[in-house]
Amino acid sequence: MSFSTTSSPAIEVNDVRKRFGATWALRGVDLAVQPGTILGLLGPNGAGKTTIVRILSTLLVPDAGSARVAGLDVVRQADEVRARIGLAGQYAAVDELLSGRRNLEMVGRLYHLARAESQRRASELLDQFSLTDAGDRLARTYSGGMRRRLDLAASLVARPQILFLDEPTTGLDPRARQEMWQAIRALVQGGTTLLLTTQYLDEADQLADEIAVIDRGTVVANDTPRALKASIGGEQLDLVLPDDANLPYAAALLERITDRVPAVDGEARSISVAFDGGPRTLTAIVRALDDAAIAAEDIAVRKPSLDDVFMRLTGAPTSETMQSTSHDLVGREAA
Amino acid sequence: MSQAIALPTPAATAANPLRSLRWALADALVVAGRHLTHLRSVPEKLAGMIVQPVIFVLLFGYVFGSAVTVPGVNYREFLMPGIFALTMAGTLVAAATGMAEDRQKGIIDRLRSLPIARSAAILGATLANLAEAIVGLVLLVICGLAVGWRTHTDPLRVAAGFGLLMLFQFAMNWAGIYLGMLARSADSADQIGMTIFMPLAFVGNTFVPMQGLPGWLQTVTNWNPVSAIVQATRQLFGNTGAMQATAWPMQHAAWVSLGWSLVILAIFAPLCVRRYRTMATK
Repeated sequence: MSFSTTSSPAIEVNDVRKRFGATWALRGVDLAVQPGTILGLLGPNGAGKTTIVRILSTLLVPDAGSARVAGLDVVRQADEVRARIGLAGQYAAVDELLSGRRNLEMVGRLYHLARAESQRRASELLDQFSLTDAGDRLARTYSGGMRRRLDLAASLVARPQILFLDEPTTGLDPRARQEMWQAIRALVQGGTTLLLTTQYLDEADQLADEIAVIDRGTVVANDTPRALKASIGGEQLDLVLPDDANLPYAAALLERITDRVPAVDGEARSISVAFDGGPRTLTAIVRALDDAAIAAEDIAVRKPSLDDVFMRLTGAPTSETMQSTSHDLVGREAA
Repeated sequence: MSQAIALPTPAATAANPLRSLRWALADALVVAGRHLTHLRSVPEKLAGMIVQPVIFVLLFGYVFGSAVTVPGVNYREFLMPGIFALTMAGTLVAAATGMAEDRQKGIIDRLRSLPIARSAAILGATLANLAEAIVGLVLLVICGLAVGWRTHTDPLRVAAGFGLLMLFQFAMNWAGIYLGMLARSADSADQIGMTIFMPLAFVGNTFVPMQGLPGWLQTVTNWNPVSAIVQATRQLFGNTGAMQATAWPMQHAAWVSLGWSLVILAIFAPLCVRRYRTMATK
């Protein structure tokens, strides 16, 4: 195709808007994904991630703006777009009453592969995703992780240039998540362009070349994970108190010294704040706490995480999952 | 991933309408194959499909049948066309819940993201439902023959009777699928489907002659599409008994039934395809 040369973006979104009833799910989204790279679309539940994926995969028509996938307009050239993309959804769209193999063969036949070619491709994919042993069992007997892998395999039957993964690891246990990540990394090595939505910061950090942070229907930041973390500047100070009685006072102290608004987590009795990283500021903080007779259970200085970026950009960690994940991330970095 | 498979692009197929029609049919058959494989995966579905009508035959044929007499015909012969039609109409509920379930589980989204004809997903489901219904019908015929049901006309009329039954099933199928596309969930599709099915099936001549009903109710039942197919097949199979139909729709039941099926198809097939298309705007 002459119009999908490597120099133009594989995915291009210009001022896309979408309304459901009275609510705007997307209020003007712009994105560009270069061929062979992974864009992580990061945001809390209800931010509009799935809506973007549905528009780009031709399942939904935008109310305004335009989007091109592989150089093709997703509304006017929807059929041509469909021939070039793969989609794996949040709710694994596999037929539970068919075997894994039959699922893949059916998709192959619908892509108009010859019967023998569909069968060959199905075996190949079952192998690639470690499902060969389970291949002839009904998909309803599969574990959550196996189902997701089968769904991913189904999206790859026709070797799409561009792949959309909508929350590929939501609800998976840590081990299944790791396996999914490995499978995704292997894909991109083969040159596939990937747009991945996630509400897990560490997932975006691990997989994506670029991250677009989306909140309430707009992209609030779009950069590499490294640059996003750098944009928050300096270092991050985590303070944990033995009880929550002094939390507000300590937070006020930190705000006065660093001139930044700290993030307070009452449950963990912790305060997080960005600061310049200099020993002078650190000393000032420790002294101020000491003067106020606030005993700290723990003080740690670390590089900012994406969670900090996210809080800075959107004001709050908007979902439970995000919060717990961010703690995992912090814990791992501290260890 | 770098090696490409030569896919016949939709653009190339669209250039040739005959070829694209052939692909649409081929796609529909693949989708239908999926539904039929389910019967093998879930044999209880097939069992349920057969057991219920058999219970109806036994229950109505022997339990109630002992209290009902239809002049000039063995009640079980009179009953069988009713059971045939009831079973065909009942597939409306199965079609609706099947479609709602596929929507809920994301299978419809998967199909919509593939470069296949817009009609293939629905046509495939209706063809599979029709195939299932034919299997059910064959088993019911065997069951009917076992309890003494016979046809008393020429093979052409008998064939026309079964043809009308299948056409009626196919029409109800599209109505069911449309319902499944509108319903919030499989459960609600099931409930709405049953709410539509029950009066259609029972406010009519399915089990008893209508002559005993009050006048206003007779007008309703005379125009019930299920009454039309029941009366049509009774006439075509020779199971009406001595009573003569007086109402015009009952006298011309075969034509009325044909008309009903075509009207239902003409309404719901385009609605289904349109709804499938406009899923993208919702």
